[in-house]
Amino acid sequence: MPQYFSRSANTFSRMTILALVLALCGVCWYGYLIVRSPYEMMQNVPREQPVPFSHEHHVGGLGIDCRYCHTTVEDSSFANIPATKICMNCHSQMWATSPMLEPVRESYRTGKSIEWTRVNDLPEFVYFDHSIHVHHGIGCSTCHGRVDQMPLTWQAAPLTMEWCLNCHRHPERYVRPESQVFSMAYTPPANQTALGNRLVREYHIQSLTSCSTCHR
Amino acid sequence: MKTFRTVATLLLLLPMAACRQDMQDQPKYKPLGTSRFFADGREARPIPAGTIARDELNNTDSFHTGAANGAFLDAIPLKVDSKLLHRGQERFDIYCSPCHGRTGDGNGMVAQRGLKIPADLHTDRLRSVPPGYLYQVIKNGYGAMGDYGDQIQVNDRWAIVAYVRALQLSRDARLNDVPAEQRGQLSAENQPQAGAAR
Repeated sequence: MPQYFSRSANTFSRMTILALVLALCGVCWYGYLIVRSPYEMMQNVPREQPVPFSHEHHVGGLGIDCRYCHTTVEDSSFANIPATKICMNCHSQMWATSPMLEPVRESYRTGKSIEWTRVNDLPEFVYFDHSIHVHHGIGCSTCHGRVDQMPLTWQAAPLTMEWCLNCHRHPERYVRPESQVFSMAYTPPANQTALGNRLVREYHIQSLTSCSTCHR
Repeated sequence: MKTFRTVATLLLLLPMAACRQDMQDQPKYKPLGTSRFFADGREARPIPAGTIARDELNNTDSFHTGAANGAFLDAIPLKVDSKLLHRGQERFDIYCSPCHGRTGDGNGMVAQRGLKIPADLHTDRLRSVPPGYLYQVIKNGYGAMGDYGDQIQVNDRWAIVAYVRALQLSRDARLNDVPAEQRGQLSAENQPQAGAAR
């Protein structure tokens, strides 16, 4: 009985098996990339809000400090979404009849909360504390980007664990002088490495990478 | 045996259908989240009447009200040093400058966009009011200005009062305020104009 397959068929079948394994790896790798992509993280996507609040106007245009509204950012883990009363400090007089601001006035009249859509939303197995970061030279814009240039607010950073660890492993690359923490326009100087190393010592910044730092 | 393997594989595949975000979205309360338990949908609860927050047991004393025996305090009840003034400057720039301007002349950015013109802090009236008066304006508001008691804590209110005093002095300084040995440094060109020097 003659042979149906030539000897080269052995190689062919081996290569096919290898290709299948590689393809499977490729599919997994691709899935991994998709899961961690800016698309899946909703990075750079402006969120719909009940009131189209513009940080660009309030921060960039009027120069209002972050802490005017986000009052607890220096004292608490949570940076605070301002109470309607804080909006009304100005908007009881300015744009006081604007239909766009009706949800604000309604909330002020009735005491019902404005239901903002959360933009920077960490998974709930992550502990994050704003106050420790702003007191140790990590600027708002390092994580939140140029909020003063956002007409509607979006998430600027991927907020993946890899991204957190990147800074926790090398804080000297991102730390800035404490006086510049709330500055939106701050850009790292050319000697960031030297400055960073000095500030890390000065502010007693530890490179905290143990699991329980964030997962507690 | 073969059937067993197939069934086992299929059974192992089954848990994948259970992939859920339960760890991501845990049934726990985080600040300003929503609640299905409370009727108003808020997990943050209003403060029950009569609650005393930490550090607020004495919130009726003069340090917290800015007044004693029906009169405004005529001195800042904190040690006024450069640390307090710098703190006051920082807080003034955050909470007051949008309307009153960084120099306190009532020409801040929000005022320029049409808010009812806020007070110029460099008037004779506001230069002569006691510190306790400025304190309670910050705490309770005044006219069109809302109260800032929630946004600015007690010590910071006094720090702002101290800084407002420094701002006022900066526009109302007399030659006598300059230490005698430094007066020589005021060259003829830098002399204040006759009207401002008084």
